[in-house]
Amino acid sequence: MRQEPEKKQQMKPLDPSSENLIEIHDLKYSRGHRVIFEGLNLNIKRGEITALMGPSGTGKTTLLRLITRQLIPQHGTIHIGGVDIATLNLAELYQLRQRFGMLFQNGALLTDLSVFENVAFPLREHTKLTNRLIRHVVLTKLHAVGLRGAADMMPSELSGGMARRVALARAMVMDPDILIYDEPFVGLDPISMGVIVRLVRRMNDTLGITSIIVSHDVAEVSTVADCSFLISGGKVAASGSPDELRTANSELVRQFMHGMADGPVAFHYHAPDYEEQLLGRDAE
Amino acid sequence: MTTLLRDLYNTSAEFVRTFGAFQLFSLRLIRHSPGILVSRFDLVVKQIFNTGALSLVIIMVCGLFVGGVLGLQGYSNLARFNAEDSVGVFAAFGLIKELGPVITALLFAGRAGTSLASEIGLMKATDQLSAMEMMAVNPVPRVLVPRFLGGVIAMPFLVAVFSMVGLFGTHLVAVELLSVDVGAFWQQIQITVDMHDINEGIFKSIVFGVAASMIAVWEGYNAVPTAEGVGRATTRTVVITAIVVLVFDFMITAVML
Repeated sequence: MRQEPEKKQQMKPLDPSSENLIEIHDLKYSRGHRVIFEGLNLNIKRGEITALMGPSGTGKTTLLRLITRQLIPQHGTIHIGGVDIATLNLAELYQLRQRFGMLFQNGALLTDLSVFENVAFPLREHTKLTNRLIRHVVLTKLHAVGLRGAADMMPSELSGGMARRVALARAMVMDPDILIYDEPFVGLDPISMGVIVRLVRRMNDTLGITSIIVSHDVAEVSTVADCSFLISGGKVAASGSPDELRTANSELVRQFMHGMADGPVAFHYHAPDYEEQLLGRDAE
Repeated sequence: MTTLLRDLYNTSAEFVRTFGAFQLFSLRLIRHSPGILVSRFDLVVKQIFNTGALSLVIIMVCGLFVGGVLGLQGYSNLARFNAEDSVGVFAAFGLIKELGPVITALLFAGRAGTSLASEIGLMKATDQLSAMEMMAVNPVPRVLVPRFLGGVIAMPFLVAVFSMVGLFGTHLVAVELLSVDVGAFWQQIQITVDMHDINEGIFKSIVFGVAASMIAVWEGYNAVPTAEGVGRATTRTVVITAIVVLVFDFMITAVML
């Protein structure tokens, strides 16, 4: 059903008194028997670009889904702007989500809509703006990501980098307070990657929003993030500016930041003895 | 023995859980339907086109040949009793009350049902539904309900087209090919087929439309978000719809006789 229009104007501002926009306390989350977070504590500061990094499978994307309440933790609290998101009903949750913009790893553009309609989608659903005004806003956002000329194209006609930029335009079309990027640099060529990195920085600074980037691309994240959290073993293993992490003494941090094959995170998945498996009875 | 009992218990529990979830899902679809019909009729019209208009060719071709077969079979069997003039009534009853709704529903499951299930499943696999959630747009009324309503509205019209084209196919075979008297052919249909028979066909088409659309939307929405999962959901849509349509057909026929 069509959402009530002009909700954004009716929403209360997020608590401006706290320095932290997002506060995660003692978060525990398991999937089946697999523990993903075991008492995770993490604060994300207002107006900064925060990077969540960690080896594959440590639950970075899961953490994003918990922050946006697409998943519900088994224990612990997540406060956004002073509000415990677990206490929100569906209508309140949707109100809160209008403050979020999220860039999915694959763009997640609606494949039956053109580029223009994809970016216009949140405006059409949540506002009563005239077509003329929607056109103005959408073209402005597309211009910001350099794709005003692709407005009439369909998502299937876009390259991976272009799709990511259109998704970025869509994520910021409602002027969100928080922009979340899930692996924004994966599979991009160096030019597209540079464009995205500059866009992330520029939008954060000019719009005064808070950005969260999930990535394991250490080099790119280091150039753009104000603060990084390294997640491993269900907890925050280290945090600080990219420079602080790069010079940290922890073996895990060093292995991750310098891309070393072996260390606390083993290269080989748990397996029986190599020689025995190759030459043993199983081989016959 | 213990393993067998445990497996039986797990299977039964899973069935009850799935059935309960399906009922809740159905209620959600039905609850949102009136609102979407009024406020987003444009989305419903688009889905009527996708599920209905785009299925017309297959429905008409199949209807023509099913009607033709009824003409051949009816003529050859009724001729044994010197009743070949009744081939029109024979075909009309068969098409309006049984074959029209049932075969249309099966074709619908194969053409439109699979399309719905795979489209929704792929939207899920490519995070489009999650993206909508993140844009504070509930995908159930925005994506699922228009597709469900499109199927429900399209089905009676498709059944009507199937039956009419089928009857035309019987006419072609019986009258044009086998020289059955054209007056007897149409007059007997006019005299014998009454509103009760047509209502039975309409009722079946609505029930099958609801069942086929709901199963397709459910399977797509609950597909495992992988290529294999979407493929499996598509197959399940056809298989489950076929079984449900035939079971419902028996039950409705038994009640309405």
